[in-house]
Amino acid sequence: MAQSFFDWSWVMGNLGEIWAQLAEHIILTVVPVGLGFLMAFPMALASIRWPRLYSPLLGVAGILFSIPTLALFVIMIPFTGLSKATAIVPLTLYTLLILLRNTVEGLKGVPSHVREAAEAMGYTRTRQLFRIELPLAVPVIVAGLRIATVNTIAYVAITALIGQGGLGNLFMDGFLRQFPTPLIVGLVLSVALAVAADLGLLGVQYVLTPWQRNPG
Amino acid sequence: MITFESVTKRYADGTVAADEVSFEVPEGELVVLVGPSGCGKTTALRMVNRMIEPTDGRITVNGEDAASVPAPRLRRDMGYVIQQVGLFPHLTIADNVATVPSLIGWDKDRTRERVEELIDTVGLSQEVANRYPRQLSGGQQQRVGVARALAADPPIMLMDEPFGAVDPIVRDLLQEEFLRLQRELKKTIIFVTHDIDEAMKMGDRVAIFNVGGILEQYSTPTDLLAEPANDFVVDFLGAERNLKRLALIPVSAVEHETGPLVSRNDSSDHAREAARESGTDWVIVTDAENQVEGWVFINELDGQQTVGGAEVQPFEAFVTEDESLRAALDVMVESPLNVAVRVDGDGRYEGVVTHNTLTGELK
Repeated sequence: MAQSFFDWSWVMGNLGEIWAQLAEHIILTVVPVGLGFLMAFPMALASIRWPRLYSPLLGVAGILFSIPTLALFVIMIPFTGLSKATAIVPLTLYTLLILLRNTVEGLKGVPSHVREAAEAMGYTRTRQLFRIELPLAVPVIVAGLRIATVNTIAYVAITALIGQGGLGNLFMDGFLRQFPTPLIVGLVLSVALAVAADLGLLGVQYVLTPWQRNPG
Repeated sequence: MITFESVTKRYADGTVAADEVSFEVPEGELVVLVGPSGCGKTTALRMVNRMIEPTDGRITVNGEDAASVPAPRLRRDMGYVIQQVGLFPHLTIADNVATVPSLIGWDKDRTRERVEELIDTVGLSQEVANRYPRQLSGGQQQRVGVARALAADPPIMLMDEPFGAVDPIVRDLLQEEFLRLQRELKKTIIFVTHDIDEAMKMGDRVAIFNVGGILEQYSTPTDLLAEPANDFVVDFLGAERNLKRLALIPVSAVEHETGPLVSRNDSSDHAREAARESGTDWVIVTDAENQVEGWVFINELDGQQTVGGAEVQPFEAFVTEDESLRAALDVMVESPLNVAVRVDGDGRYEGVVTHNTLTGELK
């Protein structure tokens, strides 16, 4: 029997399930990006303080980033089984390269004369970092968070293969049953989620950087 | 007071940026460090607030060894202005100016009042307070830079080419305004420039540095021009040294001659007598209020009973006491009488400045 391409009645009948997977997807995005930032931030500060650390740290993050997604999940299974951690740990490691690099480059991008002035005004090192350098690095750091977030939203779907997956489960469902409706719903929602997250972070940047807006 | 005691700065690669430099910046004076690039003038400046540490020797600030004071504390007593200004792009103008007050913990009201006062002091309108640096012109940013340096009323100011990045007209204006401000504030200032004319204009004293961190001469601008220590200094001071000297001496600093002074109603004989006494062939004519009417050649009085009978020629230009002798010279070469007539602010006659006055001053 020929199914219709998109079945609204399926959507209406499975709203609860769709919401649950969407929520799951959001958690599997926010937690890795958040953890990734918590790890990358001190690594970035250390790289600024001791510049020799930067290359090796970036190298390690780069190697982690280059491991195929599925392989990393499979490597995790013996340690963490099919739990959420199996998804979260690799997703977190993937964000490190982008977040570390953007945080360091953002801090390095502060003009030297601004730094010189701050030093000469009598800022202590820590205060200068938090009051002057970090605020000025916000646009580059947020740019990193945006890429990391959108990437992670895409990767989450793959974790459906190890029993996690958020919206990825809808892809699996549609694929296994040769029934396109869940696939389309999952696709549309994950694109919408990526766009919303990107715009949301852009909004955060707008709020944090009033000095970058055009003169009113 | 800031003293350099045999201060040497040698870098690991062997470059010497300061070679046993010794000099003293008296309290309340503006001292300019000037020299070609690579002479270590900026290094010398940055050793004062310990942005650079000397290899040898000692710098004292009000008798205290700078090296014994924690750098952030030392710096909060020293206003700092640089060519690129270095305003904090993410802070409003008000917050930029408030940098040091907030570092040293002033309360909000006191800080706000001080910021308002300083925005006035440096000649900006209060409207800029809530703008961000990039919304201001280069000249305005430079003024904010000065306001920020003055915020906590530091006794010392360190200025590195502070007016180097603005166009010549704005630079001139900022220099004038800063000198006027300094006459009130009497800060102890070290000012770095590569421009000898700026050095001569701004400095109570000028230190001329040579490549390799050598202090060639340290003196007042007038003494430098009158007695340059060596060929390097002569070269660095540039051409027209005598004109530059004249530019530094105000008309008020020299004796002026009374000159042959008559009124229209005086007799021609009286005028001839006045001219003879002064050794001139002309007289200057003033009215009852002592306003200058002009001048008359003695031989034009022939056949006239009174001075007023002859045609009185007007002067084209005068000098006042706050102008320089160089301005007087300029007036002099234009005048057919070869003198510059000195008047007060209301145009009343005070006397004449002659060629002899100038050569006497330059001896």
